[in-house]
Amino acid sequence: MDNKNSKFEIFSKGLIKENPVLVLILGMCPTLGVTSSAINGLGMGLATTFVLLFSNIIISIIKDLIPDKVHIPAYIIVIASLVTILQLLLKGYLPALDESLGLFIPLIVVNCVVLGRAEAFACKNNVVDSALDGLGMGLGFALALTILGAIREILGVGSIFGYKFLAGDGIIGFVLAPGAFIVLGYMVAIAKKLKK
Amino acid sequence: MVEYILIIISAVFVNNIALSRFLGICPFMGVSNKVNTALGMSGAVAFVMVIATLVTFYIQKLLVSCGIDFLQTIAFILVIASLVQMVEIVLKKVSPSLYQALGVFLPLITTNCTVLGVAIDVHNLTMGVSEEPYGVGAAVIYALSNAIGYGLALTIFAGLREQLELADVPEGMKGVPVAFITAGILALAFMGFAGLFQSIA
Repeated sequence: MDNKNSKFEIFSKGLIKENPVLVLILGMCPTLGVTSSAINGLGMGLATTFVLLFSNIIISIIKDLIPDKVHIPAYIIVIASLVTILQLLLKGYLPALDESLGLFIPLIVVNCVVLGRAEAFACKNNVVDSALDGLGMGLGFALALTILGAIREILGVGSIFGYKFLAGDGIIGFVLAPGAFIVLGYMVAIAKKLKK
Repeated sequence: MVEYILIIISAVFVNNIALSRFLGICPFMGVSNKVNTALGMSGAVAFVMVIATLVTFYIQKLLVSCGIDFLQTIAFILVIASLVQMVEIVLKKVSPSLYQALGVFLPLITTNCTVLGVAIDVHNLTMGVSEEPYGVGAAVIYALSNAIGYGLALTIFAGLREQLELADVPEGMKGVPVAFITAGILALAFMGFAGLFQSIA
């Protein structure tokens, strides 16, 4: 196959074909927890993309140095360090986003998308491919979270990205917990249909 | 005493960790096909969560006294990961029957975000009535009641999914989608507890 094409393939598969949220059903906690608005979903998605991109790059560089027996703890340390960097950056530059994402920022450490990609892709492939994979998967994650957040925000409060287009209240249940599960359920069903 | 009762009710019912705070959803979807597996997983989570919260409570004190509390995330995840390993080894030796019941679930718990979530959580909370931060007693009770709440949600959900196996679900909704919608309805039911908290407080 044409080399350029396969590189694009690695990047783009995370967006739709192997979307981590809608197809692989990974990383559910932040997906459901922070998507009460589109902007929160986007923020969380980009934060995870940051961690995923750099963890994939670092792990693919150091993969040959780590003894096989301790590879999981080693990956977790790499990921936890990146999350700590992210935490400090967000606190410094985007305190409002840090406030609204709260507990879910440190919990990126245990997001199975990040460790899953390290284990499934970055430890077997070179730096460029791993970076592309991390970026693709991260953006796919961000895409799914933004759509979920947007749907919940539109139905729940009648606004999008904070811009209110409906007077009065929306269906408040969609902003609260049940709406998250139900909207995601339908999104997964639609993704399944589109994949066929 | 009232504070402790409030912590328990709030963590088990009102702010249920799985259905209202969305922690630990991956295993919530993954191991909830059978009631028995759900019970095993809940037991293992309760066990590790209480020990992990107790240990990390003092780790945090240590980090703060050294002025390196920004290392919280790294320190906690390492402590939890090694704790899970240790619990596994000790349990194997001390109580083989308990190990048989919980064994397969223990390794999964390292990446169960409820444990890390609760361990971090107790340092950011204050007692409802007074404004002082959680002491070690309150932290352990908080961890235990969150574990009970998680077990409760997991077991109910597993019971529902066992019934769902027999139901005639439309083709496109089979499997994960309908599980999510079931969880949504369950979360809706748990929202009913919100009023309970106000009437006590």
